[in-house]
Amino acid sequence: MIRLLFTIIAGVLLGGVVHLVSVLALPRIATQDAYSRLTPMTKLNAVTPLALADPNNAPMPFMDPAFALAICRYDLSGGPLKLTVPVSQAYTSVSFYTRNEVAYYAINDRSAGRKVIELDLMTEAQHSELPEDEEITAADRLIIDSPTATGLIVLKALAPEPGLMPQAQASLAASRCTIQTEAPPPPKQPEPAPPLPAPAPRSKR
Amino acid sequence: MRLILITLLALALATVVGLGSTYMTATRGTDLGTLTIGAWTARPKSGTADIDPYSRASIVRSGELPIGTGDGIAFSATTDDKKKPLDGRCDVVVSGVTPPARFWTLTLLDRKGHLVANSLQRFGFTSQEIIRGSDGAFEIRVASRSRAGNWLPTGGIERYALMLRLYDTPVGVATRTQRDAPMPTISTVACP
Repeated sequence: MIRLLFTIIAGVLLGGVVHLVSVLALPRIATQDAYSRLTPMTKLNAVTPLALADPNNAPMPFMDPAFALAICRYDLSGGPLKLTVPVSQAYTSVSFYTRNEVAYYAINDRSAGRKVIELDLMTEAQHSELPEDEEITAADRLIIDSPTATGLIVLKALAPEPGLMPQAQASLAASRCTIQTEAPPPPKQPEPAPPLPAPAPRSKR
Repeated sequence: MRLILITLLALALATVVGLGSTYMTATRGTDLGTLTIGAWTARPKSGTADIDPYSRASIVRSGELPIGTGDGIAFSATTDDKKKPLDGRCDVVVSGVTPPARFWTLTLLDRKGHLVANSLQRFGFTSQEIIRGSDGAFEIRVASRSRAGNWLPTGGIERYALMLRLYDTPVGVATRTQRDAPMPTISTVACP
């Protein structure tokens, strides 16, 4: 009898360990997370507009139907990413997510303070490789460190009324996210180019 | 023989208890770091890098992308102010004022986060398209049949959730009470 009691206690204690491990492991093993859902319908290192949220086919749950959405799925292994998003009339925001959907940074048009939101996204290693003087001259350049090499950038533009949706979509369609193929680190040069119709090597700086 | 049996029993129990509790917390969510005002609940930390492991687990399970803190905050309600579950066949009134924000949207979703089909293609309201009273307060009627004023159709589904998303708002991690964030009231007025 006592032995059975011990078994149950041991089982429950072990169950606690299993619970903690599985909760921590879930972000790594999940197959239906937002990144996996968006991977087949988005291009790498380019802005892909998403279809409007619809009862029958929404790419993700809990989407806001009042927003036009575009996704830039990035991979920084080929170099830092440059993002430009023109601000729409009502409200525009840019949110950054890691590969495991941790929202590490978000900015809206008012805090960006300009007509165009311009950002440089790079890994911490790429940031520390930046020449120092350049960082000072580029004081108006907003640099964001990505904790992971891959992730998602979500561009959102609000349509305050349904009739303004085409405008919101048009402003997102004018946004760009491209890898900056830079000359400075020569050993990294022969890396495979990102699979996109590369907009001609931009090595002017 | 007995020892093997007992070990197997302990291991089986551990698997059931461990994975079962993980499943429960990932689908239902936990009360860790939630901000509750009236019937509305938000998780301000979900939009930051120091999100707790339970919220991360439930986010990857559902496949959503949480709203970043620099963008806004999402409040959801599945019951009215008297803790009665929101029923799509009843008339529910959402009224009052919202916390300070540049824009807000109110959306009706089913319990899994999908929009609910209706002939009007109306899935929610934004702060700009709402009709307000002279004092700035508003009243939204959530019902299956058409109503005068701000009518949000439920499609007649049994259980739904309301989501109030505030964009460009001071409401966030530091918000604690109703005084910082006056949320609209939700009341069920009539049930067939």
